[in-house]
Amino acid sequence: MTEGTIPRRKFLVGAGLTGAGLAGTAVATGLTPTEPAAAQASVAPTASAAEAEPLLVLNETEHAFVVAAVDMLIPADELSPSGSDCGCAVYIDRQLASAWGGGAKMYRAGPFFKGKPEQGYQLPLTPAEFFIAGIAAANEWSRKTYGRDFDRLEPDKRIEALKTMQEGKAEFADLSSRAFFARLLTLTMEGFFGDPIYGGNRNKASWRMLGFPGLPATYSNVIDEYRDKRYVAEPQSIADFS
Amino acid sequence: MVTRLKDVDAVTVGLGWTGAIMARELTKAGLNVVSLERGPDRIPGEDFILPAVRDEVKYGARLELMMDNSIDTLTFRNFGNERALPIRRIGAFLPGEGVGGSGIHWGALHWRNLPSDFRIRSALTERYGAKSIPDDMTIQDWPVSYDEIEPFYDKFDKICGVSGKAGNLRGKKVDGGNIFEGPRSDEYPNQPIKTSNAGLMFGAAAKSLGYHPFPAPVAIASNAYVNADGVTLGACEYCGYCNRIACETNAKASANSTILPNLRLDPKFELRTRCFVTKLNYDKAAKKVVSVTYTDMKTGEEYEQPAGIVLLTAFVFSNVQHLLLAGIGEPYDPTTGKGMVGKNYAYQFEAGASAFFENKELNPYWGSAGMSTIIDDFNGENFDHGGLGFFGGGYINCNTAAAPPISGRTVPHGTPEWGSEWKHATVKWYHHAARFNTQGSVYANRANYMDLDPTYKDVLGRPLIRLTYNPPDNEFKMSAYLLTKVEAIIKAMNPSTYDMHPRPKTFTVVPYQSTHNTGGTIMGADPKSSVVNRYLQAWDAHNLFIQGASVFPQQHGYNPTGTLGALAYWSANAITSRYLKNPGPLVHA
Repeated sequence: MTEGTIPRRKFLVGAGLTGAGLAGTAVATGLTPTEPAAAQASVAPTASAAEAEPLLVLNETEHAFVVAAVDMLIPADELSPSGSDCGCAVYIDRQLASAWGGGAKMYRAGPFFKGKPEQGYQLPLTPAEFFIAGIAAANEWSRKTYGRDFDRLEPDKRIEALKTMQEGKAEFADLSSRAFFARLLTLTMEGFFGDPIYGGNRNKASWRMLGFPGLPATYSNVIDEYRDKRYVAEPQSIADFS
Repeated sequence: MVTRLKDVDAVTVGLGWTGAIMARELTKAGLNVVSLERGPDRIPGEDFILPAVRDEVKYGARLELMMDNSIDTLTFRNFGNERALPIRRIGAFLPGEGVGGSGIHWGALHWRNLPSDFRIRSALTERYGAKSIPDDMTIQDWPVSYDEIEPFYDKFDKICGVSGKAGNLRGKKVDGGNIFEGPRSDEYPNQPIKTSNAGLMFGAAAKSLGYHPFPAPVAIASNAYVNADGVTLGACEYCGYCNRIACETNAKASANSTILPNLRLDPKFELRTRCFVTKLNYDKAAKKVVSVTYTDMKTGEEYEQPAGIVLLTAFVFSNVQHLLLAGIGEPYDPTTGKGMVGKNYAYQFEAGASAFFENKELNPYWGSAGMSTIIDDFNGENFDHGGLGFFGGGYINCNTAAAPPISGRTVPHGTPEWGSEWKHATVKWYHHAARFNTQGSVYANRANYMDLDPTYKDVLGRPLIRLTYNPPDNEFKMSAYLLTKVEAIIKAMNPSTYDMHPRPKTFTVVPYQSTHNTGGTIMGADPKSSVVNRYLQAWDAHNLFIQGASVFPQQHGYNPTGTLGALAYWSANAITSRYLKNPGPLVHA
C-alpha cells in the first residue's frame, strides 16, 4: 500500500483522534477498535484533533478534502487557528445537511440549460449534491494532475491547486471549478465568521481576531463615547445570551 | 373543487407595507377587509427577539426572511433575443416573504422624490428641449404632483417615526438638512439617528467641496416614539444587525411594528396566511375584478374569495403577473411600444467605492443599515445636465455602519481572497474601511420590460414572470459621472487607499445589488400611457387598485418605500372619500 492509498480513517486516527471523537468516527465507518493502532505510524499532514465531530453528510474522503481545503483558505498563524481547528469543516458538513443544503427555497424545475453567468446557478443539483460532486471532481482532477487526491498533496501544491480552481482553469468533468471553488470559499468564510452555534468560529476565534464584539444587547449607551475609538469587549455569541 | 366563500368588502393580495396601509385605512372607514398572504405570519414580539435576530448566518447568508423560490421565482435575460432562465435562488434583489414582506428586512432609508421628479419629462423638456430626450427613453410625468402627495408623505413619516432633519420646511431652506428636497409641511418626527465617524469625515469633505451634506432620512426611530396610530416604537440600539434582519426593538419601521399591532385587533380585519392568490377573476364587460382565487398552501384546498374592492398589494413581479394572467390591460410589446402591462421596468443603478483610513477607528460593528451621511447635489434636476450626455442622477452616501463579519469585511482591491495574506489584510482594515454608494436613477428604456415566460411555471403551474433587463447606456454614463464626484470627495477625505466599484456592463442576477424594482403597472394620465390612473385605480377594472413600486413610471435616485407608502395613503384616501360613495372610474379616460 503506497502512501497515496492509505485509507483516510487511518490518517485521522493517526493524527490523534481519541475518546469520543474516535468512537464517533469508528461508529460512522464501521472501523474496528483494533485497526487504529496499526495506523499510528502514518500521520496525516492535514487532519486535526479539533475535527473530532461526527459527520452528517460528508464521508471520510470528502471530509478529508474539506479539512485540507479550509486549512489552506484559513491557515493557522498568529492571528487565528486553522480553518478546521475553528470548525469550518464541521460548519460545511452541517450546512450541507441543512434544509439549505437539500435545496430548500430553491427553484428546481426544468428544463435545464447552461445559461450565461449573469443568469446564475442553473444545475439540477441541490447545494449538497453540487458540493459533493465538486469534491469528487476536484479529487479526480487532482489525481490526474498531481497523481494523488487533493488532501494528500503537500501544502504548496494544495495552494496551487486551489488557485487553479479559483481561476476556473482546473478541468472538471461536469462542473465549473470556478463555481465549486466560489462555493467552497463562501461556505468556509461563513463558518469562520458566523455564530458558533453552527459549528464554526470555535471559541469565537474570528471575532477575537477582528475585534468584532459579537452580539450586543445595545450600543446606544457607548456609541458617542467610542466614536473614533475602538470599542473592545469580550465577544458575545447567541449561546452566551441563551 | 373550488370553495366559494362569502363576499367581503375588500381583499388585499399580500400583506406588506401597502397591504397593511390599505387594510388599515379601509377598515377604519368601516369596510371588512381580508388579507391573503402567501407566506407565514411574522409577529415582532415572538419572531423578532434576542438573541435569535442577531444571526448573520441565518438572516444574512441563508436569507431567512426572503421569498421562497421553490414556490415562485422569475426568469431573467439581459436582452430580448436571449433565452430567459429561472432565477433558481434570488441574489441581486431580495423580495421578502410573509407578513410584512420586504419591509421587514429593508435598510429603512426613507425618501421622498423631488418635486421635479414627478414631472420629469416636462422638466427635461423645459430645461433642455424636447429633442434632448432620446427616443428610447420612455419616461413620463407622474399623474400626481409633489404638492398633492406631500400630506401623504407626511402621514407615512408619522406612522414610521422617520428620523432626519428637514432641509426645506414649508419653503424655507434649513442648513444641515437636504436643501434640495421639496417643501415639507412638518419637521421629521424624530431627530436624526447618530452619525458614524466615517459619516462625519464624509460630511466635512463634502462641505469643503461646496456640497450640502446631511444625515440620512431613515424609518428608524432615534428615540422612543408614539406613532400616528398610537403604537409605541422603540429607539434604535445601533446593534449592527439590521439589513436583511428584523428589528428587535421596533425602531426600524415595518408594517408589523407600526400598523399591524392595531389592525390585528380590529374585528373588521382578517388575516389568512399561507394563502397564495393565483388568479384575479376578471369580468371584462363590467370592468371589474369580481373575486380572487387562492390556494391554501397548508392544505392545498382552493378557494374563491369575492370582494367589492381588490387591492393588488404584492411585490412588483407578482402585481404584473396577476394582470397578465387575468388579461387585464394589454401586454407591452417592446417592438411596437404598444401595450402597457409590463412596460418601463427599472432597477436602481447603484455603484460605489470603498476607502481605507489607517489611523481612524470607524466602528464598523455598530450602527443601523441606513446610518449614513449623504449629499443630494447630483440627484435628478438638482444639477445642470447641459453637455453631460445623460439624464438622471442619484444621491451619494457614506457609511461604515452595520458591517457584521461575514458580509462586512472590506479589503483593498488586489488583496487575495484567502490565505494568510488575506487574513492579515482583513484584520488590518476591518476597523478602517468606509463604504460609499450612489443611489442612481433609472430612466425607463423601451427595451426593458416584464412579460410571461413561455416555459417555466411556479409550483402551482402558473407561468413565471420573465424579466428582460439591462441598464441603458444613459445609466452607465450617469453612474460614471456620480463616481467622479465620489472619488473627489474620497480624495478630500485623505484616505490611505481607496477603490472605485463601477458596475459591469451587463446586469447579473447573482450578487446582491438592490431590491428596488419598479414599473410594469405604471401610473399615468390616460389609458394609452399607463395601467393605473392617478389614484392607482386600474383603467380596465375600476374596483382594482394596484399598489407599490410597480406603479412608478420610472425610477428616480431614491429608495422607493417612502413614495410607495405615500401613494398608498393617497390612494386609500381616494377610495374612502370618493370611490365608496360612487364606485366607478375616479378619472374618466
